[in-house]
Amino acid sequence: MAHSARRDSPELPDFSVLKRLARDQLIYLLEQLPGKKDLFIEADLMSPLDRIANVSTLKQHEVDKLYKVEYKPVVSTSDQLCFLIRPRIQTVKWVCDVVNADKAAGKFKRYKIIFTPQKFYACETVLEEQGIFGDVSTDEWAFYLLPLDEDIINLELPEFFRDNFLEGDQRWVRTGGSALHLFHSIYGPFSKVYGIGRCSKMVYESWREQVKEGEQKARQAEVGTVFLIDRDVDFVTPLCSQVVYEGLVDDIFRIKCGCVEFGPDVTSSDKSIKVMLNSQDKVFNEIRNEHFSNVFGFLSQKARNLQTAYDKRRGMDIKQMKTFVSEELKGLKQEHRLLSLHIGASESMMKKKTKQDFQELLKTEHSLLEGFEIRECISFIEEHINRQVSMIESLRLLCLLSLTENGLLPKDYRSLKAQYLQSYGVDHLLTFANLKQLGLLVEQQPGETLTVMESKMGKLVNDKTAGKLTDAFSSLAKKSNFRALSRRLSLVPKSDEEYDLRVPRDMAYIFSGAYIPLSCKLIEQVLERDGWTGLEEVTRLLNGHEFAVTGSNGADLRPQSDAQRIILVMFLGGCTFSEISALRFLGRERGYKFIVLTTAITNSARLIEAMLDNHV
Amino acid sequence: MTPTLMWTFQGMCCVFQMMKSKADEEDYWNSSKFKAFTFDDEDDEFTKLKESRQAVNSICGLVEEEEDEDEVEKVSWSGEPVGSEGISRFLSDSETGSGASASSPCVSCFLLPVSCRYLVVGQGDGVQPARAELPQDRHDAVAVSLEKFRSLQEKLLLLDEAVGVHDGNVITAVLIYLKKSLSKEVLFRELESRQTALRHFIHYLTESKEQRLLLELYRALGRTEDEALLQYKEHLRITDENKRRDFLKSCVSLPFSPEDAGHVQDHYTLLERQIIIEATDRQAETGGKVEIFQKFPRRASILNMPLITTLYYCCFYHYAETEGTYSSPANIRQTFRIAEKQYFVTALAARAKLKAWHDVDALFTSRNWLGFTRKKSPLSFSRVADILSKNNAPVQVLQEYVGLVDDVELRVALAQKYKCHFIVISTYRDLKDRQLLLGYRGKVERGSEEERKIDELLSNPQIRWKN
Repeated sequence: MAHSARRDSPELPDFSVLKRLARDQLIYLLEQLPGKKDLFIEADLMSPLDRIANVSTLKQHEVDKLYKVEYKPVVSTSDQLCFLIRPRIQTVKWVCDVVNADKAAGKFKRYKIIFTPQKFYACETVLEEQGIFGDVSTDEWAFYLLPLDEDIINLELPEFFRDNFLEGDQRWVRTGGSALHLFHSIYGPFSKVYGIGRCSKMVYESWREQVKEGEQKARQAEVGTVFLIDRDVDFVTPLCSQVVYEGLVDDIFRIKCGCVEFGPDVTSSDKSIKVMLNSQDKVFNEIRNEHFSNVFGFLSQKARNLQTAYDKRRGMDIKQMKTFVSEELKGLKQEHRLLSLHIGASESMMKKKTKQDFQELLKTEHSLLEGFEIRECISFIEEHINRQVSMIESLRLLCLLSLTENGLLPKDYRSLKAQYLQSYGVDHLLTFANLKQLGLLVEQQPGETLTVMESKMGKLVNDKTAGKLTDAFSSLAKKSNFRALSRRLSLVPKSDEEYDLRVPRDMAYIFSGAYIPLSCKLIEQVLERDGWTGLEEVTRLLNGHEFAVTGSNGADLRPQSDAQRIILVMFLGGCTFSEISALRFLGRERGYKFIVLTTAITNSARLIEAMLDNHV
Repeated sequence: MTPTLMWTFQGMCCVFQMMKSKADEEDYWNSSKFKAFTFDDEDDEFTKLKESRQAVNSICGLVEEEEDEDEVEKVSWSGEPVGSEGISRFLSDSETGSGASASSPCVSCFLLPVSCRYLVVGQGDGVQPARAELPQDRHDAVAVSLEKFRSLQEKLLLLDEAVGVHDGNVITAVLIYLKKSLSKEVLFRELESRQTALRHFIHYLTESKEQRLLLELYRALGRTEDEALLQYKEHLRITDENKRRDFLKSCVSLPFSPEDAGHVQDHYTLLERQIIIEATDRQAETGGKVEIFQKFPRRASILNMPLITTLYYCCFYHYAETEGTYSSPANIRQTFRIAEKQYFVTALAARAKLKAWHDVDALFTSRNWLGFTRKKSPLSFSRVADILSKNNAPVQVLQEYVGLVDDVELRVALAQKYKCHFIVISTYRDLKDRQLLLGYRGKVERGSEEERKIDELLSNPQIRWKN
């Protein structure tokens, strides 16, 4: 269980600085509105805010009452209102309603909107259109980086995914660049930057622009290597069922901002408890990256050890007992509590999973990844749909089928879509349109017309225009070349070999030995090759947009230096806990330390939910 | 110089410079001796590209110069968190200077958060500017500077430049300006060849709920399916079921793909039926005369439920009805062309829920021409058993279907899972596996019928055990 880390593994930098930074800035902004004020906080900012400040911090800076933004008329008596919100048109419209209602009632108050992490011009246009520009002061709280754990930093921007990849809106590109810039200015300078994906490239450029002016002083870098990757480079991985403990907990209970709420079925009481899940939790820390099948054994061993430790007190004299109580008991009790929680969670997850034929589901997923018995898979999915089993789950399987098979046969597509609409509602027509737009669920194109047309057009115009055309085409129907990629990168190990999940031999262990996550494999390969050389075919299959930059400006380039072996991986559009586990494994194997910087933690359900449009 | 003035000035400079560079460009081409050597087809395209690139470059140069002149401006803006001493300690050696010089020289200069700039200026001087002035100042700055772009060519150059710097915020800002200052026809036409800008515009219109304009845009672009879908989406806002039905009816003729048109037609037909069924059943329920509604009160209305839920509902409450009624399952099956398997699964679940085992049995029974009955299923029997067990079917019912599972291993596994002991026992007997049977004896209850059956088999001399 305890993987022996390579002795020369470098130490991770300290990220608590980032929290302090964000908190100090928020306090500063709050003080810009002197005197007592009520603070309205956008619902999805509550948890991130919780991580860096508490109510008493806010109270100290004259925040009187706290409210959650609920798009309803407000009942505040304060004459100063402060809104802490994401830059969303809908929220700003609500603020306008609040202000205009006050105006109509003849109330005069002071208003301030703090946009985080930045404001958008479109939001200010709303203020202008609603006639309250000037009545409301605006500010920006550049809260980009929230450290969730010692190796995870989160932008907490789940909408990044849909905005960027589905809508084609680049509003978050600069945000990504600024986040990277902030990280760079504290932990850089970076000497190597690799990346793949259109958005990655743009974020890289935005960051370069922001760095350009202030030349870095030569100083000791803490993090020297960066890898940027777009979520749409690999959709297969986040759509697979997670079977590593932390991922499974996320799939079933939904971890929100590093915190999970365990219901009565876990706590075996009538209460729910919120638990922080991070490396501080000693029990969790040891099982988070483990395949679920190992977790029970580990927990029961742990329970036995605990029993032995408790038993020690038998036959102790008073003095020994006193030391035991003052020194050990507290720790044991703490461990006891955590242990029973995770045992409860494991039991509850087992129950849920056996109820829904988890084994069969996994078998179908593995067949899809392997390209084996596709007909059986299709009828499994069909039955899933027919029986109205989870609407999200059915879509997830359809997407996996489409991605791995490079689209569905027109006949299958029509029939499955029709049955899906019958089972879950015709309004999912909108969902299907979105999935098609993103390339997650498509019909197979007859022949390779697309490519032929592309290359013909390409010859007619010069390179730059050709590039634009290719972009236009790839956005119309992004081809998935999973099968070819899988062969090239050996993502699917041979199925006839036994895979010992207790002693994983590669990153495939996070999917029961059935599949090495494409995203992580790319990272491994590029780090190994020190660039994209030799991966030309792979990048072609991934629609290109790869880059590798080796900069200097005073950075330490010795490959053996610690900073070079601490690698920041930035996921644009979110990453899963399984991917983080895989990277941790890779790090242990190769003597790297990975830091994951992601726009959000995602999983299959969140990814699919972002595509739903069957609500107002 | 105050920052606000500065930006306004810069905006004007941009325009000025752009015009100047265009003039330079023309001069160049007019005086150039090499003009004849350009490639014929690509000439136009090429020239334009070059032209705008030069313009952009010259703007970049200008902005940089400006900065050097204005040091205050340079320190004042920071993309970094600004504020307390604690922060500055970490940023002191990485302060990056003016954002104006950053990604978007020409365009984003209008959009930098002036307030942030002010904050630091204020701090440095020890003076806090009056807050109320800020937004207005900023507003003026933006308005003045963007409005300098009057000719279509300038506007488009501005847009292309914005797209070039990959900052969606800037792209949208320019689009908002173009929306105000160009006619729809011209704007739509120009957006057609600018995919990135177009997608930003569509997203902006979607977010600000400018439905009508978005529909017009789709129509102008000939994106009829998007137009149809967007219009269809409107039905979600309508809560009154009769209004919603009428709206859906009007959607049927929208330019959907033939396949989707069929789905929308179904949506309309379904809601129309649900309204009728709901009215009748509500009456029946409150009337208190119909037994099934008394025994199993309806938990929710059937309105706006998916087709299969409706079918389930009808299989539950209206199973025996003749095909002529709207609520008869057979009628629904036919009207909506429900696949055999799908119908079967739904009916099975509904009847099992009611514990109407006779109906369940009848679903599987088919007679051949000799009048013998045998069980047939479009669904694997293991799946059937699963559905039945989830509806708490008793062992007697379950074992009938588990026994029909062909695969021996699967049959035994299922029989064990559902505690259909006799199936396990008879399968082991058929396998002539004495050892397994002996082992299983320990799993059944002492003195039970199952135990007796096992003992009987074990002592049967007629069976040739293989072990």
